[in-house]
Amino acid sequence: MSDPLLKVCGLKIDATVYPPDAKPHQIKIVHGVDFELQKGKVLGLIGESGAGKSTIGLSALGYGRGGVELTGGEVWVNGRDILQGGIADLRKLRGAEVTYVAQSAAASFNPAKKIMDQVVEASVSQGKFSRSDAEAKARLLFAKLGLPDPDNIGSRYPHQVSGGQLQRCMTALALCPEPDLVVFDEPTTALDVTTQIDVLAAIKEAIRDTGVAALYISHDLAVVAQVSDDIMVLKMGEMVEYGPVDQIINTPQEEYTKALVSVRSINNEEKTPTAPILSAKNITARYKGTKFDVLHDVSIDISPGQTLAVVGESGSGKSTLARVITGLLPPKDGSTDFAGRTLSPDQPSRTKEDLRELQMIYQMADVAMNPRQTVGTIIGRPLEFYFGLKGAEKHKRINELLDEIEMGDGFIDRYPAELSGGQKQRVCIARALAAKPKLIICDEVTSALDPLVADGILKLLLNLQKREDVAYLFITHDLATVRAIADSIAVMYQGKVVRYGAKSEVLSPPFDDYTDLLLSSVPEMNLGWLENVIATRKMESAGN
Amino acid sequence: MHPILKLVSQRLALGLLLLLAASALIFVGTQILPGDVAASILGQSATPEALANLRAELGLNEPALSRYFSWLGSAVTGDLGTALTNGQDIATSMGKRLGNTLFLAFWAAVVSVPLAIFLGLLAVRYKDRWPDKLISAVTLTSISIPEFLIGYVLMYFIGVKLGWAPSVAMINDSMSLGEKLAAIALPVTVLTLVVLAHMMRMTRAAILNVMQSAYIETAELKGLSSFQVISRHAFPNAIAPIVNVVMLNLAYLVVGVVVVEVVFVYPGMGQYLVDHVAKRDVPVVQACGLVFAAVYILLNMVADIVSILANPRLRHPK
Repeated sequence: MSDPLLKVCGLKIDATVYPPDAKPHQIKIVHGVDFELQKGKVLGLIGESGAGKSTIGLSALGYGRGGVELTGGEVWVNGRDILQGGIADLRKLRGAEVTYVAQSAAASFNPAKKIMDQVVEASVSQGKFSRSDAEAKARLLFAKLGLPDPDNIGSRYPHQVSGGQLQRCMTALALCPEPDLVVFDEPTTALDVTTQIDVLAAIKEAIRDTGVAALYISHDLAVVAQVSDDIMVLKMGEMVEYGPVDQIINTPQEEYTKALVSVRSINNEEKTPTAPILSAKNITARYKGTKFDVLHDVSIDISPGQTLAVVGESGSGKSTLARVITGLLPPKDGSTDFAGRTLSPDQPSRTKEDLRELQMIYQMADVAMNPRQTVGTIIGRPLEFYFGLKGAEKHKRINELLDEIEMGDGFIDRYPAELSGGQKQRVCIARALAAKPKLIICDEVTSALDPLVADGILKLLLNLQKREDVAYLFITHDLATVRAIADSIAVMYQGKVVRYGAKSEVLSPPFDDYTDLLLSSVPEMNLGWLENVIATRKMESAGN
Repeated sequence: MHPILKLVSQRLALGLLLLLAASALIFVGTQILPGDVAASILGQSATPEALANLRAELGLNEPALSRYFSWLGSAVTGDLGTALTNGQDIATSMGKRLGNTLFLAFWAAVVSVPLAIFLGLLAVRYKDRWPDKLISAVTLTSISIPEFLIGYVLMYFIGVKLGWAPSVAMINDSMSLGEKLAAIALPVTVLTLVVLAHMMRMTRAAILNVMQSAYIETAELKGLSSFQVISRHAFPNAIAPIVNVVMLNLAYLVVGVVVVEVVFVYPGMGQYLVDHVAKRDVPVVQACGLVFAAVYILLNMVADIVSILANPRLRHPK
């Protein structure tokens, strides 16, 4: 075997942290990791947030984000230990031998410059190609990555192309200087599933055609499995398991890997619908100052103590529906009945009882809580506001609620900044529950969480539903979540409900075109899934 | 209609409206001042008849509203009235003064704006290291000292002791550009020291803010040098806040030079205004107020328009 392109030995990485109640200090975030990557191969790095995957990926460019420092070990690229050279050597390496594809292309492109200028910049300023050669190469890459109008797309500004297209442009940016290694850092995580599958296929093809080696970082094992030759599983800055993709997926050795592979093991018996607690009728809505309807004639029913999952891509109108039901956006047309009465269309004119019985939990638990209030104050507020509880009585009820979300009374004096992502979301659930609502609207409540943590939250929500008989309107783009917890499903596309009914009906064929596209785009944890889907789609479109 | 044209014309219309409001304020402000022009012209020994006659002659008996509109009407056509004290046409005598003030402000801007932006970039490049701290310390010190004090100190050391530059900035039409520039060297230096800190600190803050963005990391991972990252990727996105503070300071250079002009006996608007305020010459004070307001509004409008043009989302809509 030839010398590896990338060889990492005993890599140790520290970061400076600034906790709210202590002095800044150093913590170890990667504790000695070793791996090798041969030319033209793809290594997948997988783990939850905080596992150190991005940090390890960036170390291949000798880069530490924020206060991150590479404190020990060796990183050999093309036979040189890049940590030994100075910043000038690193600059020659970056953008020439090793390039980087970031998670959010929308944030990683400079909004003030044309796409082409940014795509060729590294090649030109590193002296690899002349400007005209680099532009010709970029146009070829645009075409290869399936971008529309590859000859002219470079003269557009980043905001003028869609998120999926921009992610492909970012891939072109990374491949343009003909590097030996590309670090892909969650390149499809911010995309909708139907967009993700195309970008994933384009990236895989580009890797194969250019023969470049890649580090592919993701938290989604099913995605990593499609593009990698080997996979390394990371947890808390340490390697858990490292092997060929086939072995990791089919015969994982470690408990942690097994948990990742078999995630979403929740089984929820579907309930039959009864007289609805909430029924939205023929809702049509538009935002002030715009000229098009975001929702067209949407009607849904939710049965008491059951879950309706509203599923769709970004821009399909899911969250707008929640805003209409909560009265934040009065609809242009249509009405909402709730618990036997018709709700006033705008929130300020609703009764306290209406407000109490209809609660909401948000995607970003971080920003949904006041960072300067303790958990006790946050949960205590609805108790005071709706039930007038005070003193010992309130304290007792807060402790009961903390028990319900499986956190215990030790958390009552903690601040949100001292909680993990999953704990924050649990506090938000307790706050909603404190009002004793009949319906909770859950807007993408697990989207920002790691799979195993999200699983815990879903189980908690299901248990609470059994105990408190609360109904959920569960908004999500993730079909695996829908399968796990829904009783009925509404599939939304461009502001319309395209498919609606009991879970078993919605998820069984025959499908309409959109639902079929959506379901077949969800990455599955088996090898060759991507190729199969793409091949099937090609055959279908050829057949039409 | 292109959204940019729409935004720019909105800004222009707003600017005119604002100028109208400013003119009304100036007029009202001079009206509610205690005392009366006729009395101040004629002095304490005036007879009541003489006062009444002069009031009628000056049109002071007309209702305030009609006086405002006739003043505004003639101001729009370029007629700012005549000075009460010497009977000269205000537009003519102010024209030259305004030219001198703009001359001083222009050269102060030519020196201070590029210097401030360059120092700002330098401070970002060496953030939290000694060049950054030195630049901040010097500019903050110079802004904290009153400008007349800096003026007198420079005058004493550079003008009198060293004799490098004239300590009185007298200029006239017969001087060549070089001679004029030599004459205003000291006031330009004082003005530069006064406005430098604001612009430099804002440039530094605006660029540091942009430096947090993900696209700066992308640029760094392309292997660009620090200065390339700052000038190519950070600066274009920091133009809007920088232009705003630059324009505010340019407006200050025109409007706020009063003190510096008086200190250096420079024949500009400031001297003119101060002289006539002392003599209670209301039409001149009103005219100066209107010109200052127009300059202020115009420069801020330019800042707004440049900020709009600097935004690629507005320049190139989807």
